[in-house]
Amino acid sequence: MGSVGAKEVPVLLDEHGKRIDGRGLHDLRPLKIEAGVLQRATGSAFVEWGENKVMAAVYGPREVHPRHMQQNTKAVVQCRYNMASFSVDERKRPGLDRRSQEISKVIGEALESVLFVEEYPKTSIGIYIEVLQANAGTRCAGLVAASVALADAGIPMSDLVPAVAVGKIDGKLALDLRKEEDNYGEADVPMALVPRSGRLILLQMEGHMTRDELKTSLDMGVKGCEKIYEIQKAALRNRYSLGNNGEGGAQ
Amino acid sequence: MTNDVTTEILATHVLDLAKAGKRLDGRGLDELRAVRITPGYVTSADGSALVEIGDTKVLAGIKLEPGTPFPDTPNAGVLTTNAEIVPLASPEYEPGPPSIQSVELSRVVDRAIRAAEAINLAGLCVTPAEKCWTCFVDLHVLDDSGNLTDTALLAAMSALKFAKLPGERFGIGPTAPLAVNHVPIETTFVRIGDALIVDPTSEEEDTCQGRLTIATDELGNVVAMQKAMVGAFSPRDVMELVDRALAHGDRLRALINQTR
Repeated sequence: MGSVGAKEVPVLLDEHGKRIDGRGLHDLRPLKIEAGVLQRATGSAFVEWGENKVMAAVYGPREVHPRHMQQNTKAVVQCRYNMASFSVDERKRPGLDRRSQEISKVIGEALESVLFVEEYPKTSIGIYIEVLQANAGTRCAGLVAASVALADAGIPMSDLVPAVAVGKIDGKLALDLRKEEDNYGEADVPMALVPRSGRLILLQMEGHMTRDELKTSLDMGVKGCEKIYEIQKAALRNRYSLGNNGEGGAQ
Repeated sequence: MTNDVTTEILATHVLDLAKAGKRLDGRGLDELRAVRITPGYVTSADGSALVEIGDTKVLAGIKLEPGTPFPDTPNAGVLTTNAEIVPLASPEYEPGPPSIQSVELSRVVDRAIRAAEAINLAGLCVTPAEKCWTCFVDLHVLDDSGNLTDTALLAAMSALKFAKLPGERFGIGPTAPLAVNHVPIETTFVRIGDALIVDPTSEEEDTCQGRLTIATDELGNVVAMQKAMVGAFSPRDVMELVDRALAHGDRLRALINQTR
């Protein structure tokens, strides 16, 4: 994308087809997920994904604030994605900019698609995502963390939600872009999957792709999501298994 | 939003119709409402267009002013897209700070213009790192009868196509037409049950299970997408909609190109 006036473009793929961090085109960055990391929240999760560090907390179902947002037939899902000022190279002005507002909206709508909101009328389910360290793919990392936090909160869901971006670098499709690849690549397609239904609940795209490249991207993204799904399940099993010396456990 | 009961009755009705391949206004599932483009609607702007898709009306105004390039793009002009969904457009909108809907609207339109490289930003640089043209694309939503996104981008592109760079007014060269290199078109679909319908009305948007906007360019590329609202699409749905978006994109682009 931002080729206009860009400084030096780094080599994104070397002669062996390896990426800046040595990965192949279909490889994810290392992903670690821990459930139940915050004391006060109903549910929480921490995701360390490549050089991303993202924490998510879920509160509720609880009373709706402000009151006028209350809905008689369902819970309102209030989602906030926020980046710490120090999470990026150049200090970001604290608070929600337009990008964060848009991401909050699409993540909230995506997660509401797997929640049984009709079961909790007149309540609010608050999903709070804090990006502490950012290196591309933070909306996906936030969604992955939030979905584990919702499960940790014991809020019924139709499925856990993995998410990943597929992009185009040096003309080749690549899974899970890191910062340089996102900045200098030719396209970026973040997506979130409901594994049980095979449907996408978050899908965005920016850049240039032919129809066939897009089709391949969706296939690559779904495969990536299936791997992430296993790590999400393992995080919950790890938190709630009986062998886990009594720590955690149901609240 | 009207009250819960009427919303539910309407939702059931829209769903029953969709199952039979029908819609409230009698359109087919892949049929757009009538599109009307009125370029040069406001003469105070450097470029403008009123675009109507059915009853939805969006007025786009372009203003070009001297500015300073961003430090990270010293050789490029600046593009700023803003959308105002003013209270006259629908009973649901209230005065106040930009709503989340208007933020999303402006960002999705901006993304398509930028990703398609619709205007040559390098050509808007006057002196690197010092002086450039700033292109303001301001979208004024006048009547929201559904599908604001497609209407807004069509208005923006129509306005840009007829915009003039006011060089003489600011003493920066001659006044000349703004160069538009590519014309991205967005096509929005919603899911109603199993039906995937194009160009939703506000009633269809209120009762849908997911919305997908796809931006294409004249070379057959997909340049931007945005899934919004509660609901889901399978990868197969997405590819079906990409093909439909490419076809609608070609037709709407031809309409812009014929407009005088």
